Amino acid sequence: MAMDAVVISVDGIPVSAAPGQSVLQACDAAGIYIPRLCYHPDLTPTGNCRVCTCTINGRAHAACVTPATHGMVVENATAALNADRRVLIEMLFVEGDHTCAYCVASGDCELQALGYRLGMTAPTQPYLWPRQQIDATHPDVYLDRSRCILCSRCIQASMQEDGKSVFAFEGRGIVMRLNVDAKGGLGATTMAAVDKAARVCPVACIVIKRDSYTVPNGRRRFDIAPIGSDIEAKRAKTPP
Amino acid sequence: MQAMNQSDLSTILDIVDRFASDPTRLMDIVLAVQRRFGHVSDEAIDAIATGVGKHRVEIEQMVTFYAFFDRKPRGRCRIRLSRTPISGLKGAQEVASAFMDALAIGMGGTTADGEFSLDWTSDIGMADQEPAALIDMRMLTCLTPADVPLILRALRLQMHATPLANGAAQLPNESVRSSVVQAGPILSGAVSGDAAIKAALKLTPDQVIEAITTSKLRGRGGAGFPTGMKWRETRKAGGSEHYVVCNADEGEPGTFKDRALLTDFAELVFDGMTIAGYAIGARHGILYLRGEYTYLWRSLEDKLAARRGAGLLGTCIGAQSGFDFDIRIQLGAGAYICGEESALLESLEGKRGTPRERPPFPTEHGYLKQPTVIDNVETFACATRVVERGASWFLGFGTRQSTGTKLMSVSGDCPNPGVYEVPFGLTINELLDLVGATEVGYVQMSGPSGEAVAPKDFGRTIAYEDVSTGGSTMIFGKHRDVLDVALQFIRFFVDESCGWCTPCRVGTTLLEREMEKIVAGRATQSDLRAIGSLANTVARMSRCGLGQTAPNPILTTMRDFPEMYEARLRPEVFMPSVDLRDALRDAIDVQGREPVAPAN
Repeated sequence: MAMDAVVISVDGIPVSAAPGQSVLQACDAAGIYIPRLCYHPDLTPTGNCRVCTCTINGRAHAACVTPATHGMVVENATAALNADRRVLIEMLFVEGDHTCAYCVASGDCELQALGYRLGMTAPTQPYLWPRQQIDATHPDVYLDRSRCILCSRCIQASMQEDGKSVFAFEGRGIVMRLNVDAKGGLGATTMAAVDKAARVCPVACIVIKRDSYTVPNGRRRFDIAPIGSDIEAKRAKTPP
Repeated sequence: MQAMNQSDLSTILDIVDRFASDPTRLMDIVLAVQRRFGHVSDEAIDAIATGVGKHRVEIEQMVTFYAFFDRKPRGRCRIRLSRTPISGLKGAQEVASAFMDALAIGMGGTTADGEFSLDWTSDIGMADQEPAALIDMRMLTCLTPADVPLILRALRLQMHATPLANGAAQLPNESVRSSVVQAGPILSGAVSGDAAIKAALKLTPDQVIEAITTSKLRGRGGAGFPTGMKWRETRKAGGSEHYVVCNADEGEPGTFKDRALLTDFAELVFDGMTIAGYAIGARHGILYLRGEYTYLWRSLEDKLAARRGAGLLGTCIGAQSGFDFDIRIQLGAGAYICGEESALLESLEGKRGTPRERPPFPTEHGYLKQPTVIDNVETFACATRVVERGASWFLGFGTRQSTGTKLMSVSGDCPNPGVYEVPFGLTINELLDLVGATEVGYVQMSGPSGEAVAPKDFGRTIAYEDVSTGGSTMIFGKHRDVLDVALQFIRFFVDESCGWCTPCRVGTTLLEREMEKIVAGRATQSDLRAIGSLANTVARMSRCGLGQTAPNPILTTMRDFPEMYEARLRPEVFMPSVDLRDALRDAIDVQGREPVAPAN
């Protein structure tokens, strides 16, 4: 083993990490699923959702933004952590308007899939009933802010991948919302349906028009296998 | 909306020019635009964006973060009343009513003639002189309803005087009295001259750091990180520049000792920053002054100018060639979160005050990604005394782990509120005796993010190893409502959450809802369990100290005053959050009759 090899322990399982990898990336590569929502493999992690919070060397840290260092002791799949994660998912459900039954993303929605995976039946918190505007000014993309979970994926993607900065936050605290780079709405920005920013939304806040239901309900990603199965499949294949 | 006229546009472009079109100076640019126009319009956003070479959405995200920036025009005169549990018990509500009656508007309103706007604002650092108000960033204290007509008359006279030459004339109540009630070793003795700088220059930078390390000085903001270690790590770290930042964003409700230091002992603070600059090899120091303390800005700038004249800032300080250091003041714009050091750095760089992920720490990647020492106002004052009088002198005060003294900001139900410099190791009981407090129900130590301490624990000591505190001490008499105060504190965190992470953004609002239900006497045993569980999740899962401590007002009062909660509970197994009668109000009004069966 090389001198600079990094090995961390995740729920007692030794996991090797490449230099510069986060705890979450190392676990993904090893086939250990850490629940996460705002993280996207193509984008710089931002740590907004906190769902990937693990107990790392005794303290709570978001796995997506914590660099793996040799000897780290990580607790991930504990009942207590999953209970806290479930509360975070509930918070996002009640903060917005997430009615799966008539949402175009149902079955393909990471928020919904995490709700199932973490055992959320119905939110136990009161709904906050936000009044948010739908922005339908763009010919090919619409924006339903009542479903936005403020994960900042589109912000990152637009800035880093598209070189456009179409999106950013506005306001702070509970009234913080997703803003677009034009007074006239999304249609007045440089947004295009082929942009990365249009394709990273984990829910149905940014939706490409005339593209819904090409895959019918029941045959979508998370209708077929629970969220995280693709990562866990890697572990099943690798010999112990 | 009409387009911006040419002269307004050129005014904005001049402002942008004044800061060299530098996007990292966006705080100053937007402050200047807000001051000049009373708000930051869509056209102004576009002009600034073009000027600094950014997208409008990037400017807008910054502008909308800060409470003192407005996107829409408000009254020509902005009246902001401090809303805290302390201002409340000193009569802020009565003062607010007097303003509302005199102006015929509600809180949050603007008069029809566009002259006045009236708002609540978070604690403005005047807990010993409440009720207090910020009027166009001028500080008014010790208000009573009787003062209100006089203040409004003076404001009207000033607004209608042409030209606005006498705009600086003092308003009634526009004075802040000195807050220092008891000076200790740090606040005693000379505070001007070049003694401290000379003492530092007799040492090598490493010896300065050694002296600070030997003194065991720890951060006075409350976190208590060893100052010597911080300075050493920053000195060691490689970078094109090193920076010294003074955190004067004193926003924790109930604290005002930094304001007292910057009023009466600013030299101690500037000395400390300069000594830090020498020790770590920095040429630039920045004092981040909370927007609420704008009224101090002029006198601080004058003091800096005097220091430049005396050779204590600038090039070759103390006639030592190669030691160049200067200090600039950065004003904030109303955001409690900017007291968190990494959020403060973001704000200094002209961005939203969102905390950063750590590592890396500011010692390596601070201001503009360069090694940065960022310390509390009081820490710099202590460092000055350590260098001036020696580490062993400093070690003579306090306890083994908490050396020196602590400035305590005392407010609330006591006859002599103010700043008390006390040695570490003092018990809360001793502090209460010192300030003359009797019939004390409980003490809120370290502000809302700290803890409610019940009388049974008044034997605890003020020290990093026991009650570690930034100094905020709010005393509540036995007749005060513990739960109502806790609710007000939770509302403070709702207002001040930056919104970045889920648990703090949503969790604080959910805690507020649940706490409202308890205070209103509509909660049951199951609500109590739910709020405890939710509070712990928010504390565990939040990204930074704000969210991690936001549930403390609930958690610490539930721990020490369970009977207060029990007394408000209903015997039912479950009560809905919604009062059916309230929910049906609109329908009842339209129909003109009550439901046949009583709602509930």
